[in-house]
Amino acid sequence: MTQSDIDIVKKTAKLARLELGEAEAAKFGEQFGRILEAFQKLAKLDVSGVEPMTGATELSDVLRDDRAKPSLERERVLANGPKQDGEYYVVPKTVGGDA
Amino acid sequence: MSGFADYARLDATALREAIVSKRTTASQVVEAALARIAALDPELSAFSTVLADSARARAKELDAALARGEPAGALCGVPFALKSNMCVEGVEAHCGSKILAGYKPPYTAPFVQRLLDEGAILVGMTHMDEFAMGSSGENSGYAVAKNPWDTSRTPGGSSSGSCAAVAARMVPLSLGSDTGGSVRQPAALCGIVGFKPTYGRITRYGLVAFGSSLDQVSPFTRSARDMELVLSVISGADEHDSTCLPLPAIDPERSDSIRGLRIGVPKEYFASGLDADVRAKVEGAIAKLVELGAATVPIELPHTEYAIPTYYVVATAEASSNLARYDGIRYGPRTNGDGSLQSMIAATREAGFGPEVKRRILLGTYVLSSGYYDAWYVRALKVRRLIRHDFDEAFKSVDLIACPTSPTAAFRLGEKTDDPVAMYLSDVMTVPTSLAGLPAVSVPCGTVTLGGKQLPVGLQLIGPSLADARVLRAARVFEDATQHQREIYALAPSVREGAAR
Amino acid sequence: MSQTTTAPTIGFVSKKTDVRWIPVIGLEVHCQLKTETKLFCSCRYEFGASPNTLTCPVCTAQPGALPVLNREALALAVRVAVALGANVAPRTKFDRKNYFYCDLPKGYQISQFDQPFCTGGGLTLPSGKRVRLTRIHLEEDAGKAVHDRGDMTLVDLNRAGVPLIESVTEADMQTSDEAYEYLTSLKEILQYAGASDCDMEKGSLRCDVNVSVHPEGEGWRTKVELKNLNSFKNVKDAIEHEIERQIEAYESGDKSKFPVQETRLYDATTQTTRTMRSKEDAHDYRYFPEPDLVPFHVDAAFVEQQRTMLPELAEARRARYQRDFGLSPYDAGVITGSRAVADFFEMVVKLNGNAKETANWITNGVLANLSDPTIPAKTIDELPFRPHDLAELVELVTNHTIHNNVGRTVLRTMFETGKSPKQIVKEQGLEQVSDEGQLEKWCREALVGKDKVIADVKSGKTKAVAALMGPVMKASKGSANPELVQKILLRIIQTEM
Repeated sequence: MTQSDIDIVKKTAKLARLELGEAEAAKFGEQFGRILEAFQKLAKLDVSGVEPMTGATELSDVLRDDRAKPSLERERVLANGPKQDGEYYVVPKTVGGDA
Repeated sequence: MSGFADYARLDATALREAIVSKRTTASQVVEAALARIAALDPELSAFSTVLADSARARAKELDAALARGEPAGALCGVPFALKSNMCVEGVEAHCGSKILAGYKPPYTAPFVQRLLDEGAILVGMTHMDEFAMGSSGENSGYAVAKNPWDTSRTPGGSSSGSCAAVAARMVPLSLGSDTGGSVRQPAALCGIVGFKPTYGRITRYGLVAFGSSLDQVSPFTRSARDMELVLSVISGADEHDSTCLPLPAIDPERSDSIRGLRIGVPKEYFASGLDADVRAKVEGAIAKLVELGAATVPIELPHTEYAIPTYYVVATAEASSNLARYDGIRYGPRTNGDGSLQSMIAATREAGFGPEVKRRILLGTYVLSSGYYDAWYVRALKVRRLIRHDFDEAFKSVDLIACPTSPTAAFRLGEKTDDPVAMYLSDVMTVPTSLAGLPAVSVPCGTVTLGGKQLPVGLQLIGPSLADARVLRAARVFEDATQHQREIYALAPSVREGAAR
Repeated sequence: MSQTTTAPTIGFVSKKTDVRWIPVIGLEVHCQLKTETKLFCSCRYEFGASPNTLTCPVCTAQPGALPVLNREALALAVRVAVALGANVAPRTKFDRKNYFYCDLPKGYQISQFDQPFCTGGGLTLPSGKRVRLTRIHLEEDAGKAVHDRGDMTLVDLNRAGVPLIESVTEADMQTSDEAYEYLTSLKEILQYAGASDCDMEKGSLRCDVNVSVHPEGEGWRTKVELKNLNSFKNVKDAIEHEIERQIEAYESGDKSKFPVQETRLYDATTQTTRTMRSKEDAHDYRYFPEPDLVPFHVDAAFVEQQRTMLPELAEARRARYQRDFGLSPYDAGVITGSRAVADFFEMVVKLNGNAKETANWITNGVLANLSDPTIPAKTIDELPFRPHDLAELVELVTNHTIHNNVGRTVLRTMFETGKSPKQIVKEQGLEQVSDEGQLEKWCREALVGKDKVIADVKSGKTKAVAALMGPVMKASKGSANPELVQKILLRIIQTEM
């Protein structure tokens, strides 16, 4: 394992909103390094001129009509919420923005 | 309370026939299923939820409808189980994850509704690898299902519980999901039939996403004819899923012959890493296909060796995004962090996800992140096309491809849990078809002896895109000619005894 | 501005250094599309609906739910592209933009990254200035986080999944006025295209601004993004403030104070901006193609179809109203200020053929009532009466069935009751009285004791008679024909007194 693997894991974990402890980060760092090493063969393949395959179907233009259907009752939507007040989902205070 | 004595000997088709011909009732069938689950599941841990009351109530309704002379559905009275990543309104779908503990969907998946509409009876939800990430069922936040042939071994994964439930004859039918082999591999390891259709043949709406461009609902059955029956019910167009093909349901082929079919045998699937005994069984199966009138053609699928890394890049990238919704706001238990929103989200995810899921989220986040996107993600998508191209080329000269489903028979629980790379490699025979979006079935083709126990081996038959019915016909013809699916004599003693009762 | 003065041409000349600072301004505008349902699910959306009542498995990101694109949203987006002269891409796709926030239920927004549905285009401001568009893309709105209720944040997902088009301009603007004009013009076009309400108060139009300044003749400098701009005036004020802030920062000479690439939030009450996040905190959105959707093709026929569905836009209508109807530029401007008003106007004119009077009744009557807080209707769409009714009212006034002032009362009653003008006139007996016998009786009563007025009139000041009009109108409850009343009053005074 290298320190850079651990740093990558920590940085990636932050991006993925995973709160890894030091030991966990070290363990993942080691595995991460091995996985990426095993996957290095991808880098050696010549893929020039190959179109990326983003989906497994050739479908296109799947659209629906702009016709409303009934929404769910609020009670049913909120029922699974870990914290809700009958009208809203409730989360810790946050000032605007998507930071 | 008396169950139907023949229950465990019959497949779905035969059970329905017994009910419709009044040899038994849906209620007796459900009692038999519940009794068998009660007897076997403590040892096998296939089920996470058993829906005894609703199953009994539904059976009663069906019996009453039959008594009134109403027409019977195609799956009338057939008990079935669902993997816990499938949505049924009000039934816990925890996906094997603590992060969805107690989650009861507010809607029912259309593919489940189609089963229910044909009279099938939902008896329970099954254990699985967390978010379908795993090949052994061991990455469960709840319980680890066991292989009914040897309970010290894995039933395979990630649809471990759904597979064990059918293999142990607790239910004749269950649904799993196959992203990289999660139905075919366990079907092979447990000696039953598992089929992944062409991508887009079954709606994904209501199947909790892992890798969106790979996931397919895939059934487990005891017989190939049951598989044809189930597919004719659940496949077909659905307006809720943009990637669901606008085609009618898969129509089983009437032919009982594979005479004249050209069967490709890819040399890459018979290379090192394939267990010698497994190889012998699969080669024997291919010889049987020839005996039945098929012709074999040696083929090459040159990019097979790139399938595992390609798959793990594509699937984890999609998963890292698909699993972003588990933030402790709308469902699942919440863990408070330092009081801020972002800290709550991170703490919830840290507490809720198991190690394999975290590993894959990290990997997927990494390959999509700035600076690595082209080198990993885009490159993997290009290799994915090369892998698909291999198959397209091969299918210019063959009608089907035959190969093993898994390089080994069932491995011991705990054997690979500390080695993610080794675990990933166990998917080597199934991920190429997933990447290509092709239909593939695993059918039993005999057993090998391991640790003094007999363990099943699966033959994988792969078809070109949309040739689902051809793949299933070949599976049925092979099964009729071999009867490997009847080899339950080697099931673990408790399961066998349960079978005898 | 303390250290700068506005120059007659572009930019600001510093008093301190004599440097001319040139601002560079670009806008990113989000507009909600006026579809019946959301972008990827069949839920309706309505501003102000009870929280979390317009949601489903898709827009609340229930596990297993999947998106399906709304055909009408794509159609409206293309219509906007056509109206703005943009190039519609023959093939477009959607991508996931990944980030975590409480109003973003999936943990990603379905947006468009490298293949937006259109690029290019632009619009010409009334001043003649051309503002080019870089691109427009289609995406889903987030839900709403409510921060002002106690010590928790509340999340309402009604808005989650509402279709948005995000239009991004080139950095072609140099003054806050140009930005203001651009927004006004864009809003007008989108409203006329029937694509969006563009109501900032209801959040159906939102605007972010990019601003930088540089000394004339030099290269562009670091741009700063401004957010939280809740009105066109906010946009204007924030730009002015930011230009001033940046110039002062550069002129301080202290490099640590120089503008940095960041996002700043505008506070309208203090008219200041504060750092929201710096470049270091900039998101890594990890865009990748949305695997739950398929690609979309927009062929030439579809584009043409949308072009035919575009109505005559405001600019063309203003010219036509002046040319064909003889309206003043002011009236033409007010009436075309919203497509709904202009459409209403044209429907009325089609019925009564009287454009000038109709314009008058709309600008001074209908619109004035709409802005009266005691009237429930707030927009032309909420009027309790139909074009037919206004046409009737105009006719009643122009054919002297009722007096102009009575007409105003009738209009007010139309707003209050929704009744037709004829019905109101009949019920309240407001029909103009032209019966000379009756009028003379009221005139004679009004003349009692008005010796001063009588004297004035007799001495030639005929205008003094106006003082008697009030009492007569009062006695007649406003129904007396004023021209006849005047005539009769003058006749009585001049011939009998």
